[in-house]
Amino acid sequence: MPKVLDALTGLGRSSTLARKAAPESGELAPIWQPPVFVTCPGCERRATRRAWAESMYVCPNCGRYQPIGGYYRLSLILDHGTFRELDEKLEGSDPLDFPGYKEKLAKQTRKTGLSDAAIAATGKIEGMPAVVVVLDSHFFMGSMGTAVGEKVTRAIEYATNKKLPLIIFSASGGARMQEGILSLMQMAKTSAAIADFSAKGGLYISYLTHPTTGGVTASFASLGDIMLAEPGALIGFAGPRVIEQTIGEKLPAGFQRSEFQEEHGFVDAIVPRSEMKATLAQILRLHSKGGRRG
Amino acid sequence: MIKEVLRQIDDMDKELKALGEDRSAEVKQRRKQLEQARAELLEGCNSLSAADKVFLARHPHRPKIDEYIDALFTDFFVQRGDRQCKEDPSILGGIALYKGKPVTVIGHRKGNTLEENMKYNFGMPGPEGYRKALRMMKQAEKFGRPIITFIDTPGAYPGKEAEERGQGEAIARNLAEMSTLTVPVIAVVTGEGSSGGALALGVGNRVLMLENAIYSVLSPEGFASILWKDASRHEEACDVMKLTAQDLLNYKVIDEIIPEPLGGAQLDHQALFANVDAALERNLSQLSRLSGSALASQRHKKFRQMGEV
Repeated sequence: MPKVLDALTGLGRSSTLARKAAPESGELAPIWQPPVFVTCPGCERRATRRAWAESMYVCPNCGRYQPIGGYYRLSLILDHGTFRELDEKLEGSDPLDFPGYKEKLAKQTRKTGLSDAAIAATGKIEGMPAVVVVLDSHFFMGSMGTAVGEKVTRAIEYATNKKLPLIIFSASGGARMQEGILSLMQMAKTSAAIADFSAKGGLYISYLTHPTTGGVTASFASLGDIMLAEPGALIGFAGPRVIEQTIGEKLPAGFQRSEFQEEHGFVDAIVPRSEMKATLAQILRLHSKGGRRG
Repeated sequence: MIKEVLRQIDDMDKELKALGEDRSAEVKQRRKQLEQARAELLEGCNSLSAADKVFLARHPHRPKIDEYIDALFTDFFVQRGDRQCKEDPSILGGIALYKGKPVTVIGHRKGNTLEENMKYNFGMPGPEGYRKALRMMKQAEKFGRPIITFIDTPGAYPGKEAEERGQGEAIARNLAEMSTLTVPVIAVVTGEGSSGGALALGVGNRVLMLENAIYSVLSPEGFASILWKDASRHEEACDVMKLTAQDLLNYKVIDEIIPEPLGGAQLDHQALFANVDAALERNLSQLSRLSGSALASQRHKKFRQMGEV
């Protein structure tokens, strides 16, 4: 009875993802709950939580993009019942014995329910299998320490071995300061993994979301075969404050935003959240037939 | 503080020089006195704090890339430009002979005078510098030349044009491409190795580091300002960042420490060059026995293991 078993497995997987994405998707909220209003930090106008969820956390009033959690994002793109998490238990450590860091990590875990800032999974997008990694900016600003570097690298290696396409959603403040030089080395580690994946003919779609900066920009996030970005995301190596201090002048509006990166030739397309799944599926389809590996 | 010790040594050196060649007993004794005191002071430099090492790593008289090239290589031919838009002088590189064999040499260039510092942007490259370096490395691979890099930079330049031309992409591309090179790559951290701007020349089969050099995710000042919103706490940052050669050897981020003369490389360039030369020759001869694919795979594995959870 393989079919029944498949369905049951799928049920388990979809409910796991649904549960993990629930705080944002609102799926588990009782229908009789009074409307909760959420204020947009951009236009400062309010909308109901339901309206926010329906627009995938793009402000219903002004169109500003709010950061979303990793599991919620996965729930928006993966086909029902196909989610399977990779290295779920892999968590951060304190390699340099940095004062106060262990406590901070524990606090971030309590706050977000995440073991560190990266989530990796396999699943299908419109029926096409892929490995998907999401950096969650709610955990330590999505910064990359050894746990993020290791999880991203393992996901890339998994995609290499299974000959699956790779999609990485980046959102990061850069290197995790508290893990010092070892954070820096994660840039080399992840980039080398991408180089190997690429040499073996793998398709890597890099999807930049707000904000992608520092060591993540200067490693795997910039190495996609296809580069996508969410509208209005801050994407750069140095942060705007550092640049302004260095050059002693104010930066123009829109500097380092997605649209700026597209204009300067570093992004193939700016893709709204509402078209995220369809665009990914289109690119996967374009690589699924013909070509050297077809 | 090493700063105070160096000032005293400097005073003694001045006095010794002023004494000149006078052979009178009085002067002889004073000279002996001074030399003994100097030696004792240097002996005290045996165990330096992290902040002391940061000071030495940035010392204005520490040898720079062009001096290393003059001392260790012959027939240096400078290569310029990224073949896309410009020449970035904050990276110096080209082809040279090492022990009679051709190699590609690349390093951050800070300059020795303020004028030079400005011209070379204090050793802070833009994307063009990294693209030039990558171009030279790919060419070295084509002609089967080993690559030797010298790292000494406060970081990649955080400027407007640098961002417009893709500073992040340029560094990322170097990291990815360097990991696949089929020729020996030896990286030597000679001064300050700060952030991705240093690592972009640092993906080597061997990473060597001078005894008083530093290598870190960010400058101590930047670190303190990000973490504690207070750049003045940089000395405190030096201690917790684990940026000394001894720390990094423990974490297996580097493979070997190259000893410096007591009191720092700036006191005796020739002694330092001899140590660097010995380390380079030994490592290069070990690596030269490996095949191209073995070199790429050794390098890949080496960085794969860093911060393995």
